[in-house]
Amino acid sequence: MSTHIVVLGGGTAGTLTANRLRRMYDAGECRITVVDQDDDHVYQPGLLFVPFGLAQPHHLVRSRPRQLHAGIDYQRARIDRVDLDARTVHFAVGGWVSYDVLVVATGARLLPEETEGLTGPGWGENVFTFYDLPGAVGLHHALERFQGGRVVVNVADLPFKCPVAPLEFTFLADWYFRRCGVRDRVQLTYATPLDAAFTKPAAAKALGGLLADKGVELVTEFTLGEVDGAGGRLVSYDEREVPFDLAVVVPLHGGAAYVDRSPGLGDELGFVPVDPHTLQHPDHPEVFAIGDAAGLPASKAGSVAHFEGATLTGNIARLLAGRPVEPSYDGHTNCFVETGFHKALLIDFNYDTEPLPGHFPGAVGLPLLKESYANHLGKLAFEWLYWHTLLPGRELPGIGAEMPEQGKSHSLA
Amino acid sequence: MPTATYADTAVPVDDEGFFTDPGRWSEPMAEQIAHEQGITELTDRHWTVIRFMREQYAAKGTGPTVRVLGKTSGVSVKELYQLFPKGPAKTAAKIAGIPKPRGCI
Ligand SMILES: Cc1cc2nc3c(=O)[nH]c(=O)nc-3n(C[C@H](O)[C@H](O)[C@H](O)COP(=O)(O)OP(=O)(O)OC[C@H]3O[C@@H](n4cnc5c(N)ncnc54)[C@H](O)[C@@H]3O)c2cc1C
Repeated sequence: MSTHIVVLGGGTAGTLTANRLRRMYDAGECRITVVDQDDDHVYQPGLLFVPFGLAQPHHLVRSRPRQLHAGIDYQRARIDRVDLDARTVHFAVGGWVSYDVLVVATGARLLPEETEGLTGPGWGENVFTFYDLPGAVGLHHALERFQGGRVVVNVADLPFKCPVAPLEFTFLADWYFRRCGVRDRVQLTYATPLDAAFTKPAAAKALGGLLADKGVELVTEFTLGEVDGAGGRLVSYDEREVPFDLAVVVPLHGGAAYVDRSPGLGDELGFVPVDPHTLQHPDHPEVFAIGDAAGLPASKAGSVAHFEGATLTGNIARLLAGRPVEPSYDGHTNCFVETGFHKALLIDFNYDTEPLPGHFPGAVGLPLLKESYANHLGKLAFEWLYWHTLLPGRELPGIGAEMPEQGKSHSLA
Repeated sequence: MPTATYADTAVPVDDEGFFTDPGRWSEPMAEQIAHEQGITELTDRHWTVIRFMREQYAAKGTGPTVRVLGKTSGVSVKELYQLFPKGPAKTAAKIAGIPKPRGCI
């Protein structure tokens, strides 16, 4: 009987994992099943551009099963729970599937209703998120109507996916309002629970400097307690207030709800704790997690899922061959940060090395932590790479899973 | 490495004043650290959080974030901020004698 690998979630991480595995094993050796609740694969990085009219919503969506290589079973179903002892996944509508190896790739769930008032009066009128497609489209219409006033971009609390996306939104908002000729009538504020613009010092300095250059007010250590849409106020838990006419909020994130219903699978927030270097569950060696679903001290980003993919599939192969898994994932993260005016900045880091200046991937390459047109082209090229290289589970040309050291300057700028 | 003196005992702390060796902490030190943090009296509710922080540190090697505290300690985030107005995770970690919570990205 062949081995059955079940991949929960057919988003970025689940798709690239299944496709990599399919190339490693032929159908006689291994059955691969991907489970997802819907058939629409959204290119999430594109959501950033929708509010500004720079991307058309329908261009961002493709058929989910069509991203999977031939020979992968696709099961459309909402997962209800995982029984780890019986090695079985149960579906909400009834039915189940058994696995020998389980890959949890069900991403992160937006939890706007967990913040007092966020989905109350004003939600979809003067309070938005661009983290899902309906929200991004709603915000586009709101920006078209916007004549001027106070705009606040806020991250409710950690963790959240794509840690640079709200900063990118703020930079693009500055560009957008300038282009519309109303920038002098707009007061832009960035409110974050962090104690600086970003977590790591060198990047915080570069990104914080850009906010200042663009005339954006930075409010730090602001953990969102309440949204008063009618009164136009964001209130932090320590009772500070940021007034707004338009609020763009990145809501709380949690793991998929079924994780909470699966004893022993997840942590308090519904993410799946796995070894940060092997991606294997501490109590269940046949269970792995990848992408946003994993409770790791790494960013929740598509590039991370890509780099994790090499470790994950390699370790599944080792497990099936009866060999020890390898701690090969180093926390590598790579993000283009769109800064407006056809420029972007690039950051590259891992668990041990913070984003540093220099060039990527070697001494000759894209500038790190510095705005450039080349990086903007890189950001735009990422969409093509996403559909044609990342999702099919191919290597990115010239970029390995391991963070490159060459080209990085350790003396901080 | 800097030291701080609580309950007549010198203990190693980091640059921000967090204990680097939680084994050196004792309950009588807590009141004094709390005073430094502007908390005049430690109530039972404060102690619920302080003990929870220590248990979590012992189990996981890092103190919980405010969000996780609110979900698991039995004290809501709102009340946590009333008890420890200057940031519950950090202040409670300091009073509980554990290193600064790592948090996530
Ligand atoms: C606005 C925005 C901008 C971004 N920009 C970038 C960027 O520039 N670069 C970058 O690298 N990353 C970026 N990201 C992050 C990136 O999109 C995510 O990190 C990535 O999609 C994570 O992949 P995943 O497979 O873990 O989760 P997802 O792609 O979200 O997939 C999870 C899948 O699980 C399914 N699922 C969940 N629960 C269930 C259930 N109960 N039953 C069945 N199926 C279920 C969902 O339907 C979904 O298909 C951005 C994200 C956003 C929101």
